[in-house]
Amino acid sequence: MITEVVSTQRKKIHPHKFTLWVAIASIIMMFAGLTSAYIVKGSLPGWSTVEIPQLFYYSTAVILLSSVSVQMALKAFKERNMALYRQLITVTAVLGIGFIVMQVLAFMQLWDRGLTMEGSSGAGQFLYIIFGLHALHVVGGVIALLVMFIKAFSSRIRNYDPVSVELASTYWHFVDLLWIYLFIFFIMSI
Amino acid sequence: MSDGAVLHGHPEVRTTHEVHHDEHHVHHHQETFITKYVFSQDHKMIAKQFLITGMIWGVLGGLMSVIFRLQIGYPDQSFPILEQILGRWAKGGKITADAYYALVTMHGTVLVFFVLTGGLSGTFANFLIPLQIGARDMASPFLNMLSYWFFFTASIVMLSSFFVQTGPFSGGWTAYPPLSALGDASPGSKTGMDLWITAMALFVVSSLLGGLNYISTVLNMRTKGMSMTRLPLTIWALFFTAVLGVLSFPVLLSGFILLLFDRHAGTSFYLSDIYMASTQQALPNEGGSAILFQHLFWFLGHPEVYIILLPAMGMVSEVLSTNSRKPIFGYMAMVGSLFAIAILAFLVWAHHMFVSGLNPFLGSVFVLLTLLIAIPSAIKVFNWITTLWRGNIRFTPGMLFAIGFVSLFISGGLTGIFLGNSTLDIHLHDTYFVVAHFHIVMGVASFFGMFCGIYHWFPKMYGRYLNNTMAYIHFWVTMIGAYLIFWPLHYAGLAGMPRRYLDYSSWESFNQFSDLNKFISTVAMIVFAVQLMFIFNFFYSIFKGRKVVTQNPWGSTTLEWTAPIRPGHGNWPGEIPEVHRWAYDYGKDGREFIPQTEPVNPDESKH
Repeated sequence: MITEVVSTQRKKIHPHKFTLWVAIASIIMMFAGLTSAYIVKGSLPGWSTVEIPQLFYYSTAVILLSSVSVQMALKAFKERNMALYRQLITVTAVLGIGFIVMQVLAFMQLWDRGLTMEGSSGAGQFLYIIFGLHALHVVGGVIALLVMFIKAFSSRIRNYDPVSVELASTYWHFVDLLWIYLFIFFIMSI
Repeated sequence: MSDGAVLHGHPEVRTTHEVHHDEHHVHHHQETFITKYVFSQDHKMIAKQFLITGMIWGVLGGLMSVIFRLQIGYPDQSFPILEQILGRWAKGGKITADAYYALVTMHGTVLVFFVLTGGLSGTFANFLIPLQIGARDMASPFLNMLSYWFFFTASIVMLSSFFVQTGPFSGGWTAYPPLSALGDASPGSKTGMDLWITAMALFVVSSLLGGLNYISTVLNMRTKGMSMTRLPLTIWALFFTAVLGVLSFPVLLSGFILLLFDRHAGTSFYLSDIYMASTQQALPNEGGSAILFQHLFWFLGHPEVYIILLPAMGMVSEVLSTNSRKPIFGYMAMVGSLFAIAILAFLVWAHHMFVSGLNPFLGSVFVLLTLLIAIPSAIKVFNWITTLWRGNIRFTPGMLFAIGFVSLFISGGLTGIFLGNSTLDIHLHDTYFVVAHFHIVMGVASFFGMFCGIYHWFPKMYGRYLNNTMAYIHFWVTMIGAYLIFWPLHYAGLAGMPRRYLDYSSWESFNQFSDLNKFISTVAMIVFAVQLMFIFNFFYSIFKGRKVVTQNPWGSTTLEWTAPIRPGHGNWPGEIPEVHRWAYDYGKDGREFIPQTEPVNPDESKH
């Protein structure tokens, strides 16, 4: 029955994947709202810019690497190379956590430079909020990876369905691209 | 047949949760009270949960309007009963200014979001999408359940703000800063506002989870033969509603996030050059812009009015066609105009801001775009009327409410053309003209769409009918009452009577309306009482209503009426029916109606 099901399956996207794409559109709208607010606010009096800490360049490299590793993990899963898959998914999760830690460290550097929330708001406050919200979305991705990590190491559950791995990797690439967009947006506009 | 069975059940879904559902059918898995009525993943039960929660909010929101209408109608009198209900908010039976503004604010918030968004599209998108497209459930029943429970939590948080010492938020449902950003601005801006934002954030999550599901269900889970152009218009409307919600609510959320930072972290996104009278202090905030919040708010706020209106439009189209025994006139034009409205909804938000200091040249662009909405709206009205034209009309309660919707949509829509012009809006803004306009076109009209849906699909929801006598009284009193309340308000607004005043009697220029205001308040109370009768009818009929004995009581073509009278989880006990034609084959080739499941006869005439 199942094989028959697969063979007659129409070339249609899995509903959960489609749901994820719509959710991504929704998240994009949220950040579009915030970056448009940035542009509107930037033309008002009292605007101040900020020097972007070097650390953000390193975190960009980390998240790019994690995108590569999640893609390789997906490939390993599809080839049923479970040992490699487990390693790669661990690497991705570690890189994700590393990214979040680096973001927090960069925020602390900025804060120590005297860039707080008080007074007239400029690019710095937007940076905290926009990059902070992005980091929260990465946290969501890390949680998804951890769930898969536990599943991958549990001996009781045998998982042959690539959908959840594909969902996680799509989302992971999305937060990566979102970061690239936000980072370039800040570099360009400051 | 085995091959057919595979195709019917949408195989790609079967690999995931469908398997689980089918098990339910086979074993008749015993459901506990908790899994059946509380944490249910059945879209029909979730729909009923949304509906009943929405009805509770509807009664509360309506009651608030009765209380503040008492103040507007009888500003010189005191009502000791108010002190018993509201305590110190109505000392001596006269409502305080703070309580008045809190009630107005909560009336707006509750009715716009909790009743006409959660209660309307939450109910009917959940109920109708799987049944009308031929799916066993939503794409993700679990997310669907979460959607309701986020809505429920949002409701509890919002409700709790009535019981904090400083009262609920009182700065208007649009929550403009600085009133919403500064705790010292008014009592309601303190804890009440924090609870308001929390509740709204939870509400946004709920409607995003719901919307995601509705979109992917409509696009991915239709039964065999159900192409997009064979969908009933209800589904098209609910689909566009979900798209609007998914793309506009996140922007509201970004606005709220910045607002939270202004409230609690000392940022100045929306605040600039403020001297607080209450604390005798100049605030350090500078360079912020309240208009920025208005942009972010109305980028949701305008699509929101279509989120409210489109489901009503969809259900009205379906009910009008079914009860005229005629195909809907101009099906593709109806779909196209829904699409046009959905696109334009994103391009007109600044028409709410003509007097806020928006650049007048920018305003003129928004005037043009706003007036463009008249075109798809007019197409829809024309098509509804031509559907009725020479139809064999059955005046069921649902049909009456559908016709009432068309009437209200025309009356309210026409005044929209006044307000869409920035030059006229400068005069009319913040007067009762605006109140009258949006209450008719968005508030009452959408309520009529909702009632139309409830009366029409109640037999499918509960396997019983609502009481007809009470339904007719409900319709006529509400219909006449709505016009008696809101029609005169247009004149008061044209004469300049401003919104949101506690007491008009101290203004000589508005004293002339004191009798009118008394009259309107009285009618509002009568209409409210009739809504209570409807609520009684609803709950009475769930248990004692006349039983539905035929599967298809309205002689309708769509798929939900091919399911059993009381469908279980999974909707169809056997295979999901296959669809062979569009949803509107009424009065064709001498037959009253042809269900969508009937194969096309080669001799059949083309529609």
